[in-house]
Amino acid sequence: METLKYNPDIFDLDVTPLREVNQFLHGDASGLNGKSVVIENPNGAHNIAVGLKSDIDVTIKGHAGYYAAGMNQIAKVTIEGSAGSGVAENMMSGVVHVKGFASNAAAATANGGLLIIDGDAGLRTAIALKGADVVVGGSVGSFSAFMAQAGNFVILGDAGEGLGDSIYEAKIFVRGTVKSLGADCEEKTTSPEDRKILADLLVKSGHADVNPDSFQQYGSARTLYHFHVDNAGAY
Amino acid sequence: MSDDKTKDAVHKTPQTTPRYSATFDEYTNSEIRRAAATGIYDIRGAGSKRKLPHFDDLLFLGASVSRYPLEGYREKCGTDVVLGTRFAKKPIHLKTPVTIAGMSFGSLSGPAKEALGRGATAAGTSTTTGDGGMTQEERGHSTTLVYQYLPSRYGMNPDDLRKADAIELVIGQGAKPGGGGMLLGQKITARVAKMRCLPEGIDQRSSCRHPDWTGPDDLEIKIAELREITDWEKPIYVKIGATRPYFDVALAVKAGADVVVLDGMQGGTAATQEVFIEHVGLPILAAIRPAVKALQDLGVYRNGKNSVQLIVSGGIRNGADVAKAIALGADAVAIGTAALIALGDNDPHLEAEYQKLGTTAGAYDDWHEGKDPAGITTQDPELMKRLDPIKAGHRLANYIAVMTMEAQVVARACGKSHLHNLEPEDLVALTIEASAMAQVPLAGTSWIPGVTKF
Repeated sequence: METLKYNPDIFDLDVTPLREVNQFLHGDASGLNGKSVVIENPNGAHNIAVGLKSDIDVTIKGHAGYYAAGMNQIAKVTIEGSAGSGVAENMMSGVVHVKGFASNAAAATANGGLLIIDGDAGLRTAIALKGADVVVGGSVGSFSAFMAQAGNFVILGDAGEGLGDSIYEAKIFVRGTVKSLGADCEEKTTSPEDRKILADLLVKSGHADVNPDSFQQYGSARTLYHFHVDNAGAY
Repeated sequence: MSDDKTKDAVHKTPQTTPRYSATFDEYTNSEIRRAAATGIYDIRGAGSKRKLPHFDDLLFLGASVSRYPLEGYREKCGTDVVLGTRFAKKPIHLKTPVTIAGMSFGSLSGPAKEALGRGATAAGTSTTTGDGGMTQEERGHSTTLVYQYLPSRYGMNPDDLRKADAIELVIGQGAKPGGGGMLLGQKITARVAKMRCLPEGIDQRSSCRHPDWTGPDDLEIKIAELREITDWEKPIYVKIGATRPYFDVALAVKAGADVVVLDGMQGGTAATQEVFIEHVGLPILAAIRPAVKALQDLGVYRNGKNSVQLIVSGGIRNGADVAKAIALGADAVAIGTAALIALGDNDPHLEAEYQKLGTTAGAYDDWHEGKDPAGITTQDPELMKRLDPIKAGHRLANYIAVMTMEAQVVARACGKSHLHNLEPEDLVALTIEASAMAQVPLAGTSWIPGVTKF
């Protein structure tokens, strides 16, 4: 029913408790698939639209607190303001789009799906990333991609200190400068396959005009994969 | 002058017997040699092996003239426990206060996890996942399954979160409070690697802090998130290693925990540095009373629906330990090492194989190497076949039944119609240390060091 897209359910968090909104959003997928929902007056509330699991389009009209769209599955969540810590944490699939800035630990441990942050992101962005794609239009804070295991992390701006510390198999692409790399993170040559991943993510995240060749790729030097006396200083 | 005289002199000089140093004992010296040869710290499984003040240092005062005992086997002595009454729509109901502690698939084999699930289910109690996620073996065979939510979030996904009966947010464990998990390459098989999203065969280091929250104010929001995602159905436990139990329990309660799990340094681990296991944290005996005090001070101790339950673990071995832990204020206990022994870990019938590994039955703790002859702490497909999950589950159920009955024996002797009616006043201590830690009088006196004057 295409018309539903133009006739969204509207929840006003000044009127309806968040618990009721989330309970509605957790409803049976057959009743929610294809629906559009607008959440007004979020005013930085925590845990908005967490645990979604159906093909639903949610727009948060303002700023969200911690864990907005946490553990998202399938759904598309747009935050028209900024997001607090842990936006899209442990996301499994779907798309989360933050039009403003994001605080710390955005996309922490996210397994799948795409997180787009138009502005800057804070400390520990994409920490322990487990397979999701993350595109940050601005810069990211220190210790981003710490222990990142899998997935792709695109930074159009700069990265802070300790980027990719103890990284496993995740791929990082940075267009700006990197203040410092963490232990076992090194520059990589971008393969044609990785260039395609990057180019596709730029298109999907609204940065089709950005040249994929303007990025430097980073990844694991894989020297810390086994406990060894030679690595003692890095533990 | 003769050789004879010299010989006599030697005979007359008494020789001292060879004397080992108490400081540089045999084990210490062997560790120095091991460190000197390898250049890296020793990693092992299990919990603290040193002698610690423990439940053995406490005794129950049975009923006599001043107290009235219950008739053994005839008069009722309840053992049931309800966990998660405060906020959850679906609290956990168990028939026995003996639960199975969190142990990961990865550290343990699939058949071992299945056996734990089978044994716990037969005994009417819960079992718990671990680092690395929930397996079908485990969910399928466990009526009541607690899902651990750990710093690494290996294998963590919202579908399994919704399948769980309770969620245990793990902040730390007694064997290594302040440390993360460890799983060495030998056990990172293709299946384990896939569940954890790691390259096969690497030495995995789990993080020691949660990635998306720091401090008690964040913890409150994190707990609220877990509740929102699961629509407030499931009890949320918070597990801590025993270090500063009064403050940590108080903060967990303020953050919204339904249940606090408190693990002492005797609690086991799959793999950690020996120095961590033996030198960080508190024995469980020293941690229970401060934890209970925190619950009391916050008005959530045995206060009807508004209660936060306390589960304690770390060196629980028999019904006397269960009864003593409950008398000191716990609502339930958790067993890990003891459950593995019941399944068949460190069994003397495997002595020849333990010898081949350079150890002996009862002392084997190189669980991280994945060579467990009992097929429990391994991912080797041949070794794990040795554990029959049905028989092992049956042994575990028997063991839990014995512990529960033993606790009833003690409780009835103290005149209690429910294990939860046991109280600190039923206990005395055999040593000054245990008396101070458990805050019960030294036997034969009214003295509690730190509380009353001698």
